[in-house]
Amino acid sequence: MTGSRRAHPSRVPVLALGATLLITLQGELHDSMAEQLQEDLTHRIAHSPVTGVVIDISGVDIVDSFLGRVLAEIASHARLMAARTILAGMRPAVAITLVELGLTLPGLPTALDVERALAMFEHGPCPDPPHPRRANHADLP
Amino acid sequence: MQVSEQDAASEWAARKVGEFLRVRQEQIAQRWADAELFRTVFTVSRDEAVEAGKAVVDALSDVASSGRLDDITAPGFQTVRDQLGRMAASRARTGSTPAQVAGEVAELHQPAVTLLRGEFPDPAGDQAQECALALTVLMGTLRLVVMETTLRQGDELIARQRLQLLEVATPVIKLWDGIVAVPLIGTLDSARSQVVMESLLDAIVAERARYAILDITGVPTVDSLVAQHLMKTVAAARLMGAECIVSGIRPAIAQTIVHLGIDLGTVVTRSSLADALAYALRQQGIVVAPRTPVGANLS
Amino acid sequence: MQTSHDTGTIRLPIGSDTDLAWVRQQVRQAAAELGFGLVQQTKLVTAVSELARNTLIHGGGGQVEMTVLHQGPVLGLRLAFTDDGPGIRDIEQAMTDGYTTGSGLGMGLSGAKRLVQEFGIDSRPGGGTTITVAAWATGLPHPRAEDG
Repeated sequence: MTGSRRAHPSRVPVLALGATLLITLQGELHDSMAEQLQEDLTHRIAHSPVTGVVIDISGVDIVDSFLGRVLAEIASHARLMAARTILAGMRPAVAITLVELGLTLPGLPTALDVERALAMFEHGPCPDPPHPRRANHADLP
Repeated sequence: MQVSEQDAASEWAARKVGEFLRVRQEQIAQRWADAELFRTVFTVSRDEAVEAGKAVVDALSDVASSGRLDDITAPGFQTVRDQLGRMAASRARTGSTPAQVAGEVAELHQPAVTLLRGEFPDPAGDQAQECALALTVLMGTLRLVVMETTLRQGDELIARQRLQLLEVATPVIKLWDGIVAVPLIGTLDSARSQVVMESLLDAIVAERARYAILDITGVPTVDSLVAQHLMKTVAAARLMGAECIVSGIRPAIAQTIVHLGIDLGTVVTRSSLADALAYALRQQGIVVAPRTPVGANLS
Repeated sequence: MQTSHDTGTIRLPIGSDTDLAWVRQQVRQAAAELGFGLVQQTKLVTAVSELARNTLIHGGGGQVEMTVLHQGPVLGLRLAFTDDGPGIRDIEQAMTDGYTTGSGLGMGLSGAKRLVQEFGIDSRPGGGTTITVAAWATGLPHPRAEDG
């Protein structure tokens, strides 16, 4: 992070590994980029034989409710098109903050890192999460 | 008019005391260097004690000149707060209580007042009286400043020790490849659960754990707040790709949980740490079986 | 004893999502310099992101004022988000988990409140909104009421 006001970055790169798409989010993510990504992904999944999506957020400093919503929606759109999404590499500080914020992303499977996420696709014992409960993210007592 | 005359008199006295402190800085500091407070703190050399004394006299002179004799927040004190704090801390290390330190500060009063009275042709006259009173008030304020600094340092020390204790009291143990556990002992309040959550998540990263066991055998009671802390920890671990198992739910606690209507939701629970470990091993496809006895039929 | 005093205030505009990113960066940097721990920093920056987005989307843009706080030896940050938007009609409702008028998850205001130590809203219908939060650098949990 340079600390200077940068030009508006354009797109998040999407990498195809066989039938799996790998998305690496990094640093500051502008709202418009997140929305653009959501559109791009839906398009990619619809037009190619994608069965899995891994979103690597190990390089992301914060996840707020906006990005949380985008991630949850990507997962539920992908599921509608028969692709599974795994969120990989969340940092401890981000996880603690998200829980305190009240976002537990119940419909989204998670993995420690990309390697684990890819292994989950290979071995397949990734239990399909319950039906996405978009409206019910505050499932803490 | 009576009041404003009195005001004028005390204003004059404050200024006079400020002036006296500036002019007699060296003499006062020399006397203070022999007082218990300075003598015991600055053991290396007497000069050091004199220098420290001068700094305090300077500060008092500033405060007196600003007319805020009884104001512990007077800006004049700012320059010596750190020094006074270190002096008080040094006394505290040798076993003095804050009250004893305050007493030692009070002892600085007499030598200064004696010097002050000597400035006047009539040491018992009205003017001398007025100034001595002003100096007494000022020295009282200094005592309060020292006490406040001491108490605040005490608070910081307690808070720091409390945090250290929390960290010591929440070890995260690796039980197997990919399985970590935290045996929780004692009350689980917000501060504690923050530390538990952070240590557990850090351990999940460090050990690349898939399973994290929260053992509450040593937690005396589980109320809805404790349950909420547990649920938060479970949720945070899940966001990092690890499954949490809560173990050590004694029958009494299970009853409380049901009685309070606490919903542990989808959290996996086991009655003992051993059961939780067995579950985590089984989930990873690891089977622990007794070794085939020697001489058994190996058909 | 409230002995907090100010030492310099920075004002940042909130008018676009590039501004949101800039505000997050500035707050992150300030918090790091004041000695906030990583978790404390992350909580504060996340709260700031929620509140700045609230200013942008519901208030039609505005600004945030960042002030360094001293309370004895403890350092902190106060952030005041101001807009001239339509204001909040029912503050209590807006602070409820899951309540949303926009496209978010409705965790913005209530969630942000749980991430900071002090939180206040000043708003009148038609009179704009100011949301002020404060967080302290101390890694020690701040003595505050347990939230239920």
